[in-house]
Amino acid sequence: MAAGKSTTRKKIQATDLMNQVMSDYFYHLNEAATSGKQKVAWCTSVGPAELLRALGFAVHFPENHAAMLGATRMSTELIPEANSAGYSPDICSYLTADIGAWMKNITPLSKAYPGIESVPKPDVLVYNTNQCRDVQDWFSWYSKELGVPAIGISSPKNVVEVTEGHIDDVARQIEALIPTLEAISGNKLDMQRLRETVTLSRECSELWKKVLETATATPAPLTFFDGTIHMGPAVCLRGTQEAIDYYRVLLAELQGRVEAGVAAVDDESLRIYWEGMPVWGRLRQNSDLFAGLRTSVLASTYCSSWIFPSFDADNPIRSMAKAYLELFIVRSDAYKERYIKGMLEKYRIDGIIYHDAKTCPYNSNSRYGLPQRVEADTGIPCLVLSGDLNDLRCVSDEQTKTNIEAFVEQLQERQ
Amino acid sequence: MSDKTSRRTPGPVYVGLDMGSSRSKVVVIDEAGKLLGHAVKKSGTDFSRTAKACLDSALEMAGAEFDDIAGAMSTGYGRSNVGFVTEESKTEIGCLAKGGYHHFPEAITIIDIGGQDNKIIKLDAAGHRLNFKMNRKCAAGTGAFLEEMSARLDVSLEEMNHLARDAREMIKLGSYCTVFSATEVLESIRNGKNVNDIVKGIFYSMIRRVLEMDSLTERVVMTGGVVAHNAYLVEMVDEMIGRPVLLAEYPQLMGAVGAALYARDENQSAGATTAQASSKGE
Repeated sequence: MAAGKSTTRKKIQATDLMNQVMSDYFYHLNEAATSGKQKVAWCTSVGPAELLRALGFAVHFPENHAAMLGATRMSTELIPEANSAGYSPDICSYLTADIGAWMKNITPLSKAYPGIESVPKPDVLVYNTNQCRDVQDWFSWYSKELGVPAIGISSPKNVVEVTEGHIDDVARQIEALIPTLEAISGNKLDMQRLRETVTLSRECSELWKKVLETATATPAPLTFFDGTIHMGPAVCLRGTQEAIDYYRVLLAELQGRVEAGVAAVDDESLRIYWEGMPVWGRLRQNSDLFAGLRTSVLASTYCSSWIFPSFDADNPIRSMAKAYLELFIVRSDAYKERYIKGMLEKYRIDGIIYHDAKTCPYNSNSRYGLPQRVEADTGIPCLVLSGDLNDLRCVSDEQTKTNIEAFVEQLQERQ
Repeated sequence: MSDKTSRRTPGPVYVGLDMGSSRSKVVVIDEAGKLLGHAVKKSGTDFSRTAKACLDSALEMAGAEFDDIAGAMSTGYGRSNVGFVTEESKTEIGCLAKGGYHHFPEAITIIDIGGQDNKIIKLDAAGHRLNFKMNRKCAAGTGAFLEEMSARLDVSLEEMNHLARDAREMIKLGSYCTVFSATEVLESIRNGKNVNDIVKGIFYSMIRRVLEMDSLTERVVMTGGVVAHNAYLVEMVDEMIGRPVLLAEYPQLMGAVGAALYARDENQSAGATTAQASSKGE
């Protein structure tokens, strides 16, 4: 492949606002933890954040922190700390990076936000194993380390269709958390406040969906790599007005781009779907590589995983249970195949890349023949990239580059 | 092909440079795609210098001068280190496909065993790539694996082919990890096993690692240096897949030939565009 042409990065103007929103969020968390004015809960990314907010907790998301460790390329130096403590290099590198960072008393928050010295100390750790078992092990480590309770939801997995039985199960587990959380927060659950929080989460989710769907336009106004950055408020601030306000601004800008025909990737000639986790330490590198090949990676399962159409204020707890269960990662391969095929059609995709992340089997959907089945059904070529979300020891830059360039060559031959 | 030809002017020639992790391969072809000259050297640490040395040898063999080069294309890990002759590059997967189809113009599956990685590339009857796979981040089944085993056994790479051929039995290696396999080899040595049988087991292990990467459809073409220097390994593949493998005259040069063919096609395409523009008076 001829060397990719140089590209000019088109900055999304709303980025400055997002940075401010995230800065306010982290300083607020820090204030809550250091002053003791507000109780702090740690929550898995699709854990019961709505419940925690309704009870008045400030909510920290360790997965977001782990992604920051990856994006700042601090993780690879920290993972061995956790490895040496008995947490294998083969398990979740979010877990090992985050625990390693704690063991070394390091956080990227200190560099990004002067005055913040550590992650906010929790009063309670609340998980949902809808993503994986690792989050429970992760929080259990902190529970022992910090002497705070770790409680949560044990979710069904490999769900083909979400049934009333599944929802009953998870809803009851959410309800069972309430007494403990009320005791820790010192607040009685106000159902009206929970309804309002669920309403805010639903609105955030709908706006985020619209943001991502601007990429159905040709050319696409944003890429997967943009999405991984701009999803910050959807991850950390769902259930708040701040996230909604931000996504209204971002959506307006992207709709403006669509109307003006502004492309995220100049001369977009190929449209790619990304299945799996980002390689956080290679976001810029991969973004530049694809852009240089006039290839837009414009849609993904990952960014779309923060779309929750089932949140319903009229039935907050059951709808939370349903939303947490409908998540892609909870579902069977039969569902995942249908979902991916729908996305390939919706975004008019030329090729699909599966990231096989060494330490994240739950987000690596290339291990049970799914790529071959989807390709056979759709005729859309696929590529499986070996790598990892946070452990760059598992990433070969040269192999990644060769694979991507060869895949683009292959797709170009079909045009 | 003789290694020395009399000095002549072959007309415009095209150069393909396959700067592999282990060996650098350079070929010179003519307009018809005929191989005029070639050279293979250890890549070493200075890709540019190795490429120059290879190019000089290949041009001399072709009876051509540097100025005869009408187009050049590079490929391989060191593809961006040959700026003295070309800035143009293609992936080795693309070049292997191009070279493979040039030699065997039909639907084929190419198995390439390289120094650092293996590839399986599937082409349709028109030569279009249907898909490809590279090995994961693991040296098992690659030339690097063979080099490691050669050092462990204290036999040269050149000896391995006939050692395996003369084996009476085969010591199978159970692991797909190069380090674990080396331990198994040492254990076999300690237990007084026959070196020939161990080498055959090493060949078998390599082949298994490659064959488990993908299913094999259509006719199978093998390429790469390991194949070029170990005919017995190819015979073992024939037996394992139950049909004969196709080999070009120079399996190690397949990527370089593909690169040269790309250079020729792009030159002809540019020429056609220029001619078209001229005819329109542009």
